[in-house]
Amino acid sequence: MQARKRIMQTALAIAIGGVLIAPAQIWSMDAEDAPESVTIDSLVNLYTGVEFDHAMHVDYASCQECHHHTTGGEVVNPNCARCHSTSGEADEVTCTGCHATDRFNETYIRTLEAPELYHIDKPGLKGAYHLNCISCHETTSGPTGCQDCHTMTDAGEKMFYTGKYSPAKGHSAPGH
Amino acid sequence: MKKTVSRRNFLKGGLAGTAAVAVIQNKEAHAAQSFEGYPEGMGVLVDLTRCIGCRSCEAACNKEQELPEPAKPFDDYSVFDEIKHGQKRRTDETAYTVVNRYDVPNLDHPLFRKIQCNHCQEPACLTSCFVNAYTKTPEGAVIYNSKVCVGCRTCMIACPFYIPTFKYSSAFDPRIMKCVFCYDTRLKDGKPPACVEACPQEALTFGRRNDLINMGRQRIRETPGKYVEHIYGEKEVGGTAWMYISSVPFDQVGFDTHVPKEPILNSVKDFLAIVPMVLTIWPGLFVGFHLLATRKEKIKEQEKEDKEGQV
Ligand code: SF4
Ligand code: SF4
Ligand code: SF4
Repeated sequence: MQARKRIMQTALAIAIGGVLIAPAQIWSMDAEDAPESVTIDSLVNLYTGVEFDHAMHVDYASCQECHHHTTGGEVVNPNCARCHSTSGEADEVTCTGCHATDRFNETYIRTLEAPELYHIDKPGLKGAYHLNCISCHETTSGPTGCQDCHTMTDAGEKMFYTGKYSPAKGHSAPGH
Repeated sequence: MKKTVSRRNFLKGGLAGTAAVAVIQNKEAHAAQSFEGYPEGMGVLVDLTRCIGCRSCEAACNKEQELPEPAKPFDDYSVFDEIKHGQKRRTDETAYTVVNRYDVPNLDHPLFRKIQCNHCQEPACLTSCFVNAYTKTPEGAVIYNSKVCVGCRTCMIACPFYIPTFKYSSAFDPRIMKCVFCYDTRLKDGKPPACVEACPQEALTFGRRNDLINMGRQRIRETPGKYVEHIYGEKEVGGTAWMYISSVPFDQVGFDTHVPKEPILNSVKDFLAIVPMVLTIWPGLFVGFHLLATRKEKIKEQEKEDKEGQV
């Protein structure tokens, strides 16, 4: 098991690609390097996109809480730190850089079979956003309802049978 | 102490008489076989710590499976308060999957559990069906052929999770209705089921069953204290393709933790391998299964009474 972990460390650095094996000096990004706002709309379908106020969120959370080990700051999550404590800043710090938009497609699932792979369970992009956003919003009293962050589209209302597609009033439930 | 006859023993006893000869004849051919499910089969790992009860999965399933309009919109959360016959919502012919809320004592937030067919590795519905209406596909789905179904409801009784239901559009055209793992429209083309794709929280992780077990173990191991150390469905009823992990003991979130660890019909497998023979002894079987049905309810009632008695 230990040996496997060591192989994984090395393999990971290569596999993830974006990760720099940091040379002598480790530098890190800081909040000023970050964009003011990020439009999150790569998955738009049932809901409209989200205009994410990055500048505002910097006051609530440290970089690492969302960017894990890629911004070059001290790695706080012990699971990340096992391999990435000296990884330094990554070439790619966006969410899409690591979290697949098509997490469950066949090819992606096949890549999980690599025996040396540590990240067998990295959430896809949609999962990564919601898991991180909602869990933090729950503890900081941020918005947690679906439509608190994004409005449902017509396609969404149709699928959820809501809004103008609501079941007719007085519509009786099946059975008794 | 009251002695309750387990379903398997009951079956063994009840059927042994009629089938003894056949079993003996077939023993050699089948004894060596132990079907462990398809190793390459797919599954879904449901993580109860991630589910927020948004019901997107229900909505997506309704659309994908072309099920009828629901009584309430899928963003109406009052359904979590619905109790029918003393029970939370169950799957039926209009909903192949439902999400229920559980208020666990000493927990500051509710938990939600999505239920659907668990796509057992060795499905009791399949082994109990006289006309071979069910198939376990190499991809992991348990599907059925409604054309050959005679509406006997045996599978309903056999299923340890109370999943199959029936639609009687006409008395002569009964149809089993249950989650099919989106087999026809997605799984057979290597695509994830509609509910999985819709879940915002990735509470549903689709993948090869073997990989999912590793993922589940990794989650449990690497976030100490977050989960109970058990993957429900890894061993239950001989293994299921849909499995669950949870932050609280499974019986607190509606799981039956008393299901056997081996396939429900393991001990009658030899017998069930000779389905054509079964056709000739139908009447006897029907009686048997009817008894079985009443028995199951009785045991449940008994358990309930016992429980109430203890309080
Ligand atoms: S959960 Fe029930 S219906 Fe689904 S495969 Fe298992 S026995 Fe059959
Ligand atoms: S797998 Fe398909 S049929 Fe089964 S619950 Fe999900 S969407 Fe419905
Ligand atoms: S879509 Fe996901 S998070 Fe929402 S209720 Fe279903 S399983 Fe839970």
